[in-house]
Amino acid sequence: MTRPVAALEPPVALIAELTHRCPLSCAYCSNPLELERSSAELATADWLRVIEEAAALGVLHLHFTGGEPLARRDLSRLVRRAAELQLYTNLITSAVQLDDRAMAELAEAGIDHIQISFQDAVADLADASGGLKGGHVRKLAAAARVVAAEVPLTLNFVVHKGNIERLEAMLVLGEQLGAGRIEVAHVQYYGWALRNRAGLLPSREQLDAATATVAAARRRLAGRVTIDYVLPDYHATRPKACMGGWGRRALNISPSGKALPCHAAQTLPGFDFPSVRDSSLADIWAKSEAFARFRGTDWAPEPCRSCEHLEADLGGCRCQAFALTGDAGRTDPACALAPDHDIIARAIAEAETGAALVPRRIGGRRASV
Amino acid sequence: MSGELATPKFRRGVRLRFDEARQAWVLLAPEKMFTPQGTAIEVLKRVDGVRNLAAIIDDLATTFQAPRDVIAADVAEMLRDLSAKGVVSL
Repeated sequence: MTRPVAALEPPVALIAELTHRCPLSCAYCSNPLELERSSAELATADWLRVIEEAAALGVLHLHFTGGEPLARRDLSRLVRRAAELQLYTNLITSAVQLDDRAMAELAEAGIDHIQISFQDAVADLADASGGLKGGHVRKLAAAARVVAAEVPLTLNFVVHKGNIERLEAMLVLGEQLGAGRIEVAHVQYYGWALRNRAGLLPSREQLDAATATVAAARRRLAGRVTIDYVLPDYHATRPKACMGGWGRRALNISPSGKALPCHAAQTLPGFDFPSVRDSSLADIWAKSEAFARFRGTDWAPEPCRSCEHLEADLGGCRCQAFALTGDAGRTDPACALAPDHDIIARAIAEAETGAALVPRRIGGRRASV
Repeated sequence: MSGELATPKFRRGVRLRFDEARQAWVLLAPEKMFTPQGTAIEVLKRVDGVRNLAAIIDDLATTFQAPRDVIAADVAEMLRDLSAKGVVSL
């Protein structure tokens, strides 16, 4: 059995980005602008080995995501192996390809939980946002299949200024579809979402209204539906403890096998991220310089180093620090105490004017599967 | 809730298992993980959707040779807490 070196806790979660292919082209996608092509993807045997190594290392939650994981024909095979190893399997999907056959295969393989993304509560607007005509209706049918198969269902709504006014209707939709959990997530500004930030970022007033809507729905649905709410850090005063800490709780594997502390880390320059093609997960977790670089708080600059909040927020997100300041080692500008905090104020002001959205695409055209 | 006649069970998507890497019991739920300690583990191991609260309390009182009323109060409080967290239904 492989074990990490002393004092290093094993990762709790493995995020398996099976592919960057996706039938949707949401402008708020946090995948990198440079999407990996299908020819670069790991083979089934590679993923099976990664899953086995993850279980041995102490991973408990396995999240299958992408892109669209259902674009991989071997998905149910991977789920089955993970279930055999007692990993808690979660499928994060757009669900437009979740037909009767796919659902039956997944249920039989032992999937523990399915999370379906919805772009809006109104079909036309949802389809326009996802870039796929008829997509919303297919998602509704897929959600019913998940419930009929008695697999726990989460509905995920990514909210932004183009749909935030209909949050109440989204929560009602989640309740009607029989979701045990609804996740309302404000856009996280990485990859395509960062590029489209001026067209997505809600105003402070919109955010406050949304937060009140969530609070009311939580009271109404208490004991029946759990609502998780992910706040946008642009309107916060403290940054988020991104991923629960760099290299502390999770490992993310990109479609081509790159091991990352989070999916956005791929954008950081000056890193030699290890590949699961050449290294074991145990070695990556315990020995890789890339995973060690921002682990803990020793790396933290001022004003974080002497700040009472450092243990709580760990200096915020390294990828956001890089994306906004060009230096991954600076304090996350989302923090009101950060020297670069004015970047956030400028972004909020810029979003008041708005901008046309650029849909996510692989190689210059809308993605297809 | 109907007192000790209620049969607690894990909500859909919640699993209890022993993790070899951590040498610890873990309670897994969508996007969540709890690491129960001590008596909580003994209670959770008996939540099988078949035994009612009275049977679980009887078993614990016998196994640990503890006063039944003390056990009953502890178990009720713990299950209320887990119910509020969406882990167990009563």
